[in-house]
This record gives sequence, C-alpha cells and structure tokens, in this order.
Amino acid sequence: MSNKETTSKTIIVAFLLCIVCSIVVSASVVLLKPIQEKNKALNLKTNILAAAGLLVDGASADEIETLFSSIKPYLVDLDTGEYADPSVVGKELALDYDQRKAAKDPALSGVITGGEDIASIKRRVKYAKVYLVEAKGKIETIILPVSGYGLWSTLHGFLALEGDANTVVGLGFYEHAETPGLGGEVDNPRWKALWPGKKVYNLEQGDEPVIKLIKGSVDKSKPGAMYSVDGLSGATLTSRGVSNLVQYWTGEQGFKKYLNRLREGV
Amino acid sequence: MSNVSVKEVLFSPIFSNNPIALQILGICSALAVTTSMQLSIVMGLAVALVTGMSNMLISLIRSQIPSSIRIIVQMTIIASLVIVVDQILRAYAYEMSKQLSVFVGLIITNCIVMGRAEAFAMQNKPGISFLDGVGNGLGYLVLLVAVAFFRELFGAGKLFGIEILATVNDGGWYVPNGLLLLPPSAFFIIGLLIWALRGWKKDQVEAPDYKVSSHTVKEAF
Repeated sequence: MSNKETTSKTIIVAFLLCIVCSIVVSASVVLLKPIQEKNKALNLKTNILAAAGLLVDGASADEIETLFSSIKPYLVDLDTGEYADPSVVGKELALDYDQRKAAKDPALSGVITGGEDIASIKRRVKYAKVYLVEAKGKIETIILPVSGYGLWSTLHGFLALEGDANTVVGLGFYEHAETPGLGGEVDNPRWKALWPGKKVYNLEQGDEPVIKLIKGSVDKSKPGAMYSVDGLSGATLTSRGVSNLVQYWTGEQGFKKYLNRLREGV
Repeated sequence: MSNVSVKEVLFSPIFSNNPIALQILGICSALAVTTSMQLSIVMGLAVALVTGMSNMLISLIRSQIPSSIRIIVQMTIIASLVIVVDQILRAYAYEMSKQLSVFVGLIITNCIVMGRAEAFAMQNKPGISFLDGVGNGLGYLVLLVAVAFFRELFGAGKLFGIEILATVNDGGWYVPNGLLLLPPSAFFIIGLLIWALRGWKKDQVEAPDYKVSSHTVKEAF
C-alpha cells in the first residue's frame, strides 16, 4: 500500500470524492425532480379543492385532476379588482402563473408599508390568481389564495367564498410550520368545519372585512356570531395570524375591490 | 477487530448499547420528530439507511483516506447520502417529508452517523460496518418509537394517526397533555426510558462521580 499521507494523495482523494459525491447528488436531484413537482402540484390542487368543499374523501390522483379541471383560474389585478390578461405577467395561461414566485419579483410585486402589513407578508403581488367554480354561467365558488404569518411560519392557504362574495365555503392551509397540536390545529377538520357559512363582510355597515377569530367559543345567540370563528385553544398567536391574514386578503389591499365588483355583478 | 459477530453488531445497539440511551447521541432530532409514530419510523429508517450506507462506503475506502482529511471525507459522504435520502422522500413520501421538513437534512448533524463512521467503519470491513450502521440506526429507531408512543398517545390521543383516546377537541373525554407535543417533553420521556433501561441492565449504570459520605455526629468540644 502506497503512503496515503502525502499531500498529493490527499488532494487526489479529496478531488475524486467531491466529483463522485456531486455526481450522485445532482443525479438524484435531476432524476427525482419531475416526481417531486407532480407531488407539489397535486398537493396544491387537493388543497384548492378541499377549501372549495369539492374534495371527495380518498380521491385518487386522477380523480383530483378531473375535479380540478372543472375549476378555472383567473388573474385579478388587486389594485383595480378587474380581471387581467395572463400576458401581463408574461404567461400564456393563468394556470401557469406562480403567485408565490411573483411575490419575490420586484416587477410583479411591491413592498407593503408598515401599518398596512397586518398579515406580515412584507410584499404584495400586483396580480393574484383566483379560481372560480362556475355552473351555467354563474359563479358558484370563488377560491382566493391567502397567506400570512402565524407564530413560527407563514401560513399559505385558500379561502373559498360562495357566489355572493361574502359567505365562506371553507378555509384551508396547504403549507405551514405551526406547533403540531396547538397552532397546527388549523388543519383540524373540526375547526375547519366552523368556517362554512360565516360571513366576511357586514354589508349593512360598509365593505370592510369584519370576520375574525375570537378567544374561546362563539356564542351563537350574540349578534356578531356569523362574523366570528372560535380561536384555537393554546394558540393565541396563530389564531391572531389567521384572523389578520383573512382580514388582509379580504380587505383594501387584498381582494376587496374584486369582490365588490363581483357583488355588483360586473 | 475481526472477531465481532454479526448478531452482536446488529442487535447490541438496540438495548445493551443504545445510541440514544447509553451513548447519548442524536438527542436533538429525537426531541423534534417524536410527536407521531409515523414520523419517528420514517425518520428512524432514514437514519438507519444513512448510517448503514455511510459506514459501508467509508469502510470501503478506509485504507485510502488520508487521516488529515478523514473527518471532512466522512462528512462529505454522509452529506451526499442525506441529500439523496431527502430527495427520495420528497418524491415518494411527500406528506412525510413535508412534516419532517428540515429534520431529514439535519441527519447530517446527527452524531450517531458521524460517531459510527469514526468509531467503527474506519477500522472494520465494509460488510460488518454496514450492519453496525443499520444496527445503530435500529437502536435509534426503537427509542424514537418508544418516545413517540407516549407523546402521540397522551399528547394527541392517537397512535399512527388513529384515534385511541377521544380528545376534547374532537368531542371526546380526553384532555390531551399539550406539553407532550412540545420538544422538551421528550427529555422527560428519554430520561425515564434511560432510567428503566438501566434498572433492567445494571451494567449500564455509570460509576458515580462522587460519593456522599455517611453522616457522622461529632461531639462538640
């Protein structure tokens, strides 16, 4: 055996090892990428369907694809509340627009000034991607992307509203890193079941969102019950975050103008 | 060191030389991923695979590794394996990898992997090194599952995500212990497990660092 402690030997070993390791790592990344992308896309679609209440329990990947093809993506200009053509973001189809990527792109998003950033997301996209479930030319469900900071992490999810652009169909998060069992209870089906039927706006008193999470349970006999949802016990900050993010995305900076237009029937 | 038997190498890390309970390695990830049985099993298997493979590969080239860069060589091999495992999990066990998030990546820093590479693989043949790695991974797995059993059952009222104790949140009677869902609770459980294990296998009890002398009464002058 040759002497393995020489400088040249050391360099050769280090060099060969790096080459072999980098080939192995890059090969695994490149080869597995398509499957990973598919998983991610499927996860997103599942969550969109779940928020809209369209998801059937134990649906297979193919069934999810079929269900998903029945809902249509649109781009909305948040400043005007009007639909935008996918060409404004340089895409052919609205489906290809990646809103989360756009939030990091200075050309497609802007910084939110301090006091307005109640959801603590720092940057706001100019164009948001909404999904509509339509039947016989009428909008049945409006699915809005929402995101905001909880306790540890940014929660990303979807809020689905009925065709009246006010009544909640469902709220669900597809990505978050809140404490399991406490803030992580945002995934609890029983808590999510509290949302359907709640109203975002009290339209008699203006068009500001009034829906919020409260401490403890909602007293159904009180007048504000339809605008309040039970907070998560043991997760005050996550509850506050969810409250803020829903209000942000249905408020002035979010989809308020768009939803107003829908209600006016434009 | 060719006199080590396969059985001993593979099974002694499970109880008599458990990496967590006796060697006190890999505690950090044991705190983090033991909130559910499923996560613990996936994590344990990932660690067993990485430790086994890294031990084998390092053992294969052990006579070529210059001692001046041996740690960084081990590290590179381990890191590459961990990235591969992470990528595989992301492709084929997406839900799991979402929940394990950064902890798969942190297998790199798991002291068990590095410890076995340095302590065993550098001196032994590839086959037996592989088994040693797998054995230590299994020891890690067993302890993780034991901790997760208590944490998931009493923290969430479930096992493998299936409801055992109906919790108040789900309309049942059991008030879950929130502490068990937080990482520090694993310290208590690991501590109790070590106590139980040493009660059973007395040879694991360490010699005390000092001894309390018996109380003596001295007459006052």
